[in-house]
Amino acid sequence: MRVLLPLPVVLPLLGAGLSIAFGRWRWVQRAIGVIVLTATSIISLVMLVKVDQDGAAAAQVGGWQAPIGITLVADRLSAIMLSIASIMLLAVLVYAMGQGGTERHRVAFHPVYLVLSAGVAASFLTGDLFNLFVAFEMMLTASYVLITLGGRREQVRAGMTYVVISLIASALFLTALALIYAATGTVNMADLAVKMGELPEAVRLAFSLLLFMVFGIKAAVFPLFFWLPDSYPTAPSPVTAVFAGLLTKVGVYAIIRTQLLFIPPSDRPSGLILTVAGLTMVVGVLGAIAQADMKRILSFHIISQIGYMIMGLGLFTVAGIAAAIFYVANQIVLKATLLLVSGLVEEAAGSSGLGRIGGIARRFPLLGWLFLLPALSLAGVPPFSGFVAKLALVEAGVSQGAWVVVAVSLFVSVLTLFSMTKIWGGAFWGKPEVVVEPSGVVARWGGTAPMLGSTIALVVLSLAIAVWAGPLYALCERAAVDLLDPSSYVSVVLP
Amino acid sequence: MSVVLAFSAAVLFGLGTWLLMQRSLSRLIIGLSLLGHGANILLLLAAGRRGRPAFSGGRSPLADPLPQALALTAIVITFGVVAFLLSLAWRSFELTGDDLVEDDVEDRRIAAQRRARGREISDEEALRAELSDETRVSDDDDEGPA
Repeated sequence: MRVLLPLPVVLPLLGAGLSIAFGRWRWVQRAIGVIVLTATSIISLVMLVKVDQDGAAAAQVGGWQAPIGITLVADRLSAIMLSIASIMLLAVLVYAMGQGGTERHRVAFHPVYLVLSAGVAASFLTGDLFNLFVAFEMMLTASYVLITLGGRREQVRAGMTYVVISLIASALFLTALALIYAATGTVNMADLAVKMGELPEAVRLAFSLLLFMVFGIKAAVFPLFFWLPDSYPTAPSPVTAVFAGLLTKVGVYAIIRTQLLFIPPSDRPSGLILTVAGLTMVVGVLGAIAQADMKRILSFHIISQIGYMIMGLGLFTVAGIAAAIFYVANQIVLKATLLLVSGLVEEAAGSSGLGRIGGIARRFPLLGWLFLLPALSLAGVPPFSGFVAKLALVEAGVSQGAWVVVAVSLFVSVLTLFSMTKIWGGAFWGKPEVVVEPSGVVARWGGTAPMLGSTIALVVLSLAIAVWAGPLYALCERAAVDLLDPSSYVSVVLP
Repeated sequence: MSVVLAFSAAVLFGLGTWLLMQRSLSRLIIGLSLLGHGANILLLLAAGRRGRPAFSGGRSPLADPLPQALALTAIVITFGVVAFLLSLAWRSFELTGDDLVEDDVEDRRIAAQRRARGREISDEEALRAELSDETRVSDDDDEGPA
């Protein structure tokens, strides 16, 4: 188990190095990417099974012991997130290979993509707040390159906003780290969980809010979301799918981790988090309704859905946090799928602007199905996985008597459905209309085999989440129990 | 010593924040690096007084090495990202001949839609009018190559 822990970080980094060395041979790069990400997915699934059986595990990389050394920890939450994330990264890589575009013309795509996945894995596995900063930087720097790869005018404009906002968040994170170190003398998370208890209440609250704000920028919660719908849609669609599916969720993961580990139950800012959650949902979905482009509508939905995850956390109960974890895992798959489908639509019709295309469902029935299933799931229509996640959240909210936020979340679901019907009516119904006539295999099926294959795989995965919702939710519940009682986490890291 | 450090961190944070408000990309980048320097000085300050090292326990003439290691890592990261940002700004200058932050076309499209409803013209016309306004304004106030 200890041997497995560093692998999801080390393997992609090694792969990235090899990938640069073999930059001239695209097929070698592709082979490296697929092999590394398949290995990471298998390793993280093995880790998930083991962690679920034997409880959390920790490894001290480099030989120094816990409060000083480089600590990697896998508990149920990190193992769940890592497994879903690795599978999603693999599916999107296969999709990118089928699309041509960026993957085909830029040597840098494969190495940078692997660095991104190493950064994501490191963020989930690290047991040290400073290494979380480093992992975030690894992931973000890779994402800066991916979002501007190609250097078109709108990419540079959007990339600039994205980089500047992320850098401000990083500077704030560093400031928070300095203050926390000054107050406690440690940056190890388990050690912090113990030492935070000795601080005065006001200082603790200040740290909690500072960290909430830092990760809130990355997770795009209200009112720190404005950068997201501006920058995401301009990237190539596989890149947008990874960003939408993963990057904001890493922020949510960090919020869940820090808020639950460092802040004792008595002074958790529940009211504030619930208010922010409600506002995030409403503002995100209203933004989505105003848009007239598939990718932009979906980008606003990312924000709106983040609200639901934060809501689950804000309840601070086992049911609420279990629902939030289930929601995050489900969203990673759904959001990536929907953006991959909008990439397919772009490929087949030449545009994703709702006013410019139409009748996709008649011309390419497969694309219609691939959009319809995750879209209904996103809106929370039974019997899809999104419904299970929302039901769990609403139940948790009702049992806590948080009526306002429950009402808001239900209302926002209706609006979500409305904006999905807007996409459906604009792009999929009506008389067939394309901007650029597709050719070859795209004209027959609506996309190349790898693109369709990986999208279908993700749709099947989201259906599987709905079918096995019971056991999966039970797993999330066990993860939530662990999180609400940090003592087990602490005892694993500091024996 | 500590007061001087604390004061310079405060000044760096203040200047950095002020520069971030500017519309010119080069100032923005300088602002970001100042902000990074401020945070690094804060990290050094976090080490506390001399003679209380993190891991040996009792008093010693050494300063705490951990925050210094952290600051060093942070400096390297900031350096890399600022270099990337500079190249991005250069690319932006190449493409637009201008150092200012550009507006988002989609945002303007939505603003134009609302105006179009009042004036009985099509969305596309309104957007064109909106964008041509924009070009005219920015042509007036910069002297750089168009």
